[in-house]
Amino acid sequence: MKKEKTMKLSLPTEELMSSGHLACQGCAATLAMRYVLKALGQKTALCIPACCWSVIDGPFPHSSLDVPIFHCAFETAASSASGLKAGLEMVGDTETTVVAWAGDGGTFDIGIQALSGAAERNDDIIYVCYDNEAYMNTGIQRSSATPYGAWTTTTPVKHFKNRPKKDIDAIMAAHRIPYQATANTSYPEDLFRKMKKAKGIKGTRFFHIYAPCPTGWKCRPEDSIKLGRMVVQNCMFPLYEVENGEKYTINIKPREKKPVADYIRLQGRFRHLTDADIAYIQQEVDRNWERLLKRAEC
Amino acid sequence: MKKVIMGNHALSWGATLARAQVIAAYPITPQTQVVELLSEMCASKKLDAKFIKVESEHSAMAACIAASLAGARTFTATSAQGLTLMHELLHWASGGRMPVVMGNINRAMAPGWSIWTDQNDSLSQRDTGWMQFYCASNQEVLDTVIQAFKVSEALMIPSMVILDAFALSHTYEVVEIPDQDKVDAYLPPFNPPVRLTPSDPHAFGGLTGPEHYFELRYKLQIDMEKAPALIEESGREYERMFGRYLGEVEDYRCDDAELIFVSSGTAGYTGRVAVDALRQEGVRAGNLRIKVFRPFPFERVRRIAAGAKKIAVVDRNISYGHHGIFYQEVKSALYGKDHGVPVFGYITGLGGRDVTPDTFKEIARHALTKDEPDEEIVWIGVKK
Repeated sequence: MKKEKTMKLSLPTEELMSSGHLACQGCAATLAMRYVLKALGQKTALCIPACCWSVIDGPFPHSSLDVPIFHCAFETAASSASGLKAGLEMVGDTETTVVAWAGDGGTFDIGIQALSGAAERNDDIIYVCYDNEAYMNTGIQRSSATPYGAWTTTTPVKHFKNRPKKDIDAIMAAHRIPYQATANTSYPEDLFRKMKKAKGIKGTRFFHIYAPCPTGWKCRPEDSIKLGRMVVQNCMFPLYEVENGEKYTINIKPREKKPVADYIRLQGRFRHLTDADIAYIQQEVDRNWERLLKRAEC
Repeated sequence: MKKVIMGNHALSWGATLARAQVIAAYPITPQTQVVELLSEMCASKKLDAKFIKVESEHSAMAACIAASLAGARTFTATSAQGLTLMHELLHWASGGRMPVVMGNINRAMAPGWSIWTDQNDSLSQRDTGWMQFYCASNQEVLDTVIQAFKVSEALMIPSMVILDAFALSHTYEVVEIPDQDKVDAYLPPFNPPVRLTPSDPHAFGGLTGPEHYFELRYKLQIDMEKAPALIEESGREYERMFGRYLGEVEDYRCDDAELIFVSSGTAGYTGRVAVDALRQEGVRAGNLRIKVFRPFPFERVRRIAAGAKKIAVVDRNISYGHHGIFYQEVKSALYGKDHGVPVFGYITGLGGRDVTPDTFKEIARHALTKDEPDEEIVWIGVKK
């Protein structure tokens, strides 16, 4: 006899984000915010530097979020969050979770100094980088988070990005912060659980959230969730946690590692790549995955 | 209580007495003693504040801005390269209406590396929407920090309290340290009309289209225009409570003066010495020290200048391709007012070269021999 199938709602129904925001179709950065706020709750304050989210939230005087936002300067997500936390505590609010919410440009590039400073001081903030792998808000320019091989408007196909994506997670682990995690909106329960866990930890917590961007990746909006699953199954963007910069826990180890070619062929930004280019990318992904497995073994 | 302290410690004492709640700062010569003493004040609980030891001046100002938005009284201090690194965020503080108070030690800009005084660092922040107070003594530094918090928080506009490198920052003077309870009575806790809190969630500084932005800037200027009256009022209140008046300008023997020097910073005190000496030589000189540069004290300058036959503006700064910056400002304040007073512009003391009473005497000799300016800039003490 077949077991009766029932759907279990694994995330809270409370919404701190309303419709009417200004994101493009299929934007995973938007989903990321929705899930993160479900985990953190209403006593949350955001520092958002220049990034897609400084537009997505809506123009003054509107906001699509039920939590306060400080729209801060591009390179100041972390330092603003440190200041906001200190200020709130000095006026008697010790409960609010202060979140720096930045894109990959604001994190990997222009904001990395402030982020490193806050992490070294172990300031009591959660830093979330939603990574759509280029400067999408300004119109798809390469960042140091852009993967090898990708087209952007500043890496035209004849001179595509020929350097690997910066390993921000290793950089953050080198700061020995109490907690960090990678996450992905295609695995919302995993994201929710890790964010809940982070909320209960004091000190600097860092989240690196993979965020497909159909506009910039030249893929179909309806493929955002699919791409998020593929990137975990092919080990390009593994889901894992690191405690104190040392204790690695891989959350999902695919039983059978899928080839990267399927993932790459779904996106226009990689259309120019030859089989040899893709073979090179596969080789790099394999190497990175092996390195991560080793770190997790220790 | 009287203490012999350096100018930098006068800043620290001012911030401590004002009960700054969040301090974020980064060391730079010649500012370091400001943050060293504040670190000790925080560590010894003399001051109940969070001190964020940031990794750059840029982050210092970013942290101060966000802390201020949460409703905390915030203070920082910097100099020269540090101040100019903050430049973007200076606009953020004023545009976002965060009343941060910052000490700035006037130091010449590199290259070549200089740690000595001139005013190009702070004057190149002229249009960032900050109030600027140029101080001439350690006592004035301490008092002005307290007053600046009062004025800034009333207007929700940030303030820079400025002092000369070494000539003030590292010079020890007798300073009256006011009683804490009297300072508390003068300066009540910061209670902003709007603040960032999850209990009343708003988005601050979001995308602002042409239909709103213009009015935000208009309001900033309108509030800036309220500062002169507020500085006068709070300066008189300070005088009643502490015995020292804190005004926009200090005019010294200007009433019957034929030649009025316009000066600022420590040169503003040197000017007084020169005035006494010149008067002994029979020259009816006066000295108008401009303390508040932003907002510019139009009314005071016009009134005091009206009685003079000649005005000599002494600039320890330059706007390359134009004039000394105070010279531009004084001329623009007098233009079209039918005073007909010739205004001479002198540039001296860049990069910490001494400005002495003799410098002023040389300026006087030049101005007295001319009917009106025949050069755009008159250089004093430069090796041509």
